[in-house]
Amino acid sequence: MTTTLPVAAAFQHEYIPTSPPPADIRPSPVTWARKNLFSSPFSCLLTVCFTGLAVWLVSQFLSFALINAVWSGDSEVCRANPNGACWSFIRAKLNYLQYGAYPATERWRVDLTQVIGAILIAWLLWRNAPRRNTAALLFFGVYPIVGFALLRGVEAIGLPVIDAMLWGGMMITLLMSVVGIVFSLPLGVVLALGRRSELPIVKAVCVFYIEVVRGVPFITVLFMANFMMPLFVPEALTPDRLLRPMIGTALFSAAYMAEVVRAGLQAIPRGQYEGAQALGVGYFTMMRLNILPQALTIVIPGIVSTFIGLFKDTTLVAIVGIADFLRAVEAARIDPNWAGPTISSTGYLFAAIIYWFFCFGMSRYSQSVERHLARGHKS
Amino acid sequence: MVDISQPAHLRRAFSIYDKKVRAIIYQAGLAVSLAVIVAAIATQTVSNMRQRGIPLTFDFWNQTAGFQINQTLIPYDTLSSYGQAFWVGVANTLLVSACGIVLATVIGFLIGISRLSNNWIAAKVATSYVEVIRNIPLLLQLLFWYNAVLKPLPAPKASIALPGGIYLNNRGIILPAVEFHAGAGLVGMAIVAAVAFTIAFSAYASGVQKRTGKQLPVLAVGLLLLAGLPLAAYVAAGSPWSFTYPELRGFNFRGGQQIYPEFAALLIGLSVYTASFIAEIVRGGIQAVSKGQTEAAHALGLPQGKTLRLVVVPQAFRIIIPPLTSQYLNLIKNSSLAVFIGYPDLVQVFAGSVLNQTGAAVQVMAITLAVYLVISLITSAAMNAFNLRFALVER
Repeated sequence: MTTTLPVAAAFQHEYIPTSPPPADIRPSPVTWARKNLFSSPFSCLLTVCFTGLAVWLVSQFLSFALINAVWSGDSEVCRANPNGACWSFIRAKLNYLQYGAYPATERWRVDLTQVIGAILIAWLLWRNAPRRNTAALLFFGVYPIVGFALLRGVEAIGLPVIDAMLWGGMMITLLMSVVGIVFSLPLGVVLALGRRSELPIVKAVCVFYIEVVRGVPFITVLFMANFMMPLFVPEALTPDRLLRPMIGTALFSAAYMAEVVRAGLQAIPRGQYEGAQALGVGYFTMMRLNILPQALTIVIPGIVSTFIGLFKDTTLVAIVGIADFLRAVEAARIDPNWAGPTISSTGYLFAAIIYWFFCFGMSRYSQSVERHLARGHKS
Repeated sequence: MVDISQPAHLRRAFSIYDKKVRAIIYQAGLAVSLAVIVAAIATQTVSNMRQRGIPLTFDFWNQTAGFQINQTLIPYDTLSSYGQAFWVGVANTLLVSACGIVLATVIGFLIGISRLSNNWIAAKVATSYVEVIRNIPLLLQLLFWYNAVLKPLPAPKASIALPGGIYLNNRGIILPAVEFHAGAGLVGMAIVAAVAFTIAFSAYASGVQKRTGKQLPVLAVGLLLLAGLPLAAYVAAGSPWSFTYPELRGFNFRGGQQIYPEFAALLIGLSVYTASFIAEIVRGGIQAVSKGQTEAAHALGLPQGKTLRLVVVPQAFRIIIPPLTSQYLNLIKNSSLAVFIGYPDLVQVFAGSVLNQTGAAVQVMAITLAVYLVISLITSAAMNAFNLRFALVER
């Protein structure tokens, strides 16, 4: 039996035309400005002060870096112009800033190493990439060996050996950071597992290591690596002067990585551990297949920000005589051939821009992962 | 398969599949291998040090150091011992860390609050500050302040004169020096008394408010006490201090208090850099207090100021303090970057000059690490005590 109820009349079928919002809240530049710039006398004051400050800073920056800058010419042109950056100085020193004293004919090896590294890192970090496990294996296992062979050279395969004394500039900075991450992440995972272990001695050793390393400045770790490591081992086994700060860097950032990984381990619900144990899975298998993949995924932002810190900290290796990028800028800056009033500022500005792009890019990536993870948890 | 139906005496007492047995094996293995490694390193180190003629004892502590240090908070000259040089370094590290912590906190809170401002331009400027500063290495910033800002200042003869008898030149900032005369102690006592009275009065006032609900004018009385008492003492003692203004004599300034460019660069660099991290912490802490708290406070009729002071800030502080502590610790540890611009801190004086002159790497590094660990422990203990005041009191 089908009877249509007379409900149709009870409500309206046509939309009522929307009326425009009242004049004073309509989205016009004026109302926006009134709300966001001039909402109160104090806000007006802030607007005036901060606008003045921003305009002054931006105009100073633009006039120094672009408008008054010297783009070509030699040191004479730069000396004649004390108001603008001397970009021709950077152009003249670019090779030195990139490779240090690495022989010009062999620089393709550095480029190749960096390109391979960039591809592997992109593969690792790109969320939807296929077979990221392979990428991890290649990056953490194979890449260090290939990179070492390419950079240092192996006579047997026709690559002349380049002494580490000649390395310098950006390649050292990138090398230090990559070595730092490649060795500190696995070590950090081990330390974090040790810290969460139920075995008291294992736990005590890990806690002691992590807390002591986190309590001291990076410089002192570098000093130790440089001055004390040669005393610790027989003379024949003394690591060379580039390897010592690398070991120091890896050991130092491992303690920070361990804390990041521990946060991830703590965030995994107990049910995951208990579920694995109920299935009779052993400790190491459980960690490898069940816990760590989840824990490491949620701490990717933390790992990236630790890596940003590590990247910025590589500047400190200059203290033990390693010519990293910033050290190369310092050395180029005091070159008497280019002496001039704007050289220091130009050098620092260039270094700042380069470091800023690296660090800002990484922090943007980490934010996007964070947003993605947050979305995943809500749905 | 383990047959658990068997009686206990038939089961194997010792099995490597037993969790407890495994635990003992693993830990014994770890302990033994660590002990072996440490022992090997120790014997190797001792033999290496003997071989190279490096002192094995702390005898160097009382030997004459023989080097100059420009900024010394405690008496020191070239005839002083390495031990005194160590204390000069510790004092300088503590000085720059303490000043840096105060300055970074002030800048960080201002920037953090500006980021949340309703004012669009203020929020944008604060955001740019954070994004630019924290993505540039601290060392680069320090070198910039020192080599590109403070060092190119004019020589003392052509100093930039600021109002108030302050001069800026490439040897630093010269401030008027304060000279205390008899009676300055009275003003000091007056300040202590004013602080004590203010604390006592606010305690009394909160007691009154709890009993009767009546609010006493704590702020007004406090300000009156804090300003009035020292001022009265100052007048009573007959202006017990005076300023000596720096004067240019020949190539340098005489009189006045000199702030060295190394100290200024390190202080500016550390505070500006750490402030960008503190700003983020402050912003996060305030945003984490749910909007309902503010709305509930408004619904109860609390005005904006009291809402912030009594409802939002205490809850935000609970979130802010732990990460703030680690930023303070970072600042203290980062003060070791002093070595790059020649500020005589612990690392520059002790792990630098003293280590190079004595060669006693192991002893010097052990002492340096111990000092940083002790400073870190004390700072975290102090911040933990402070945190207890704000911690959530659960039933």
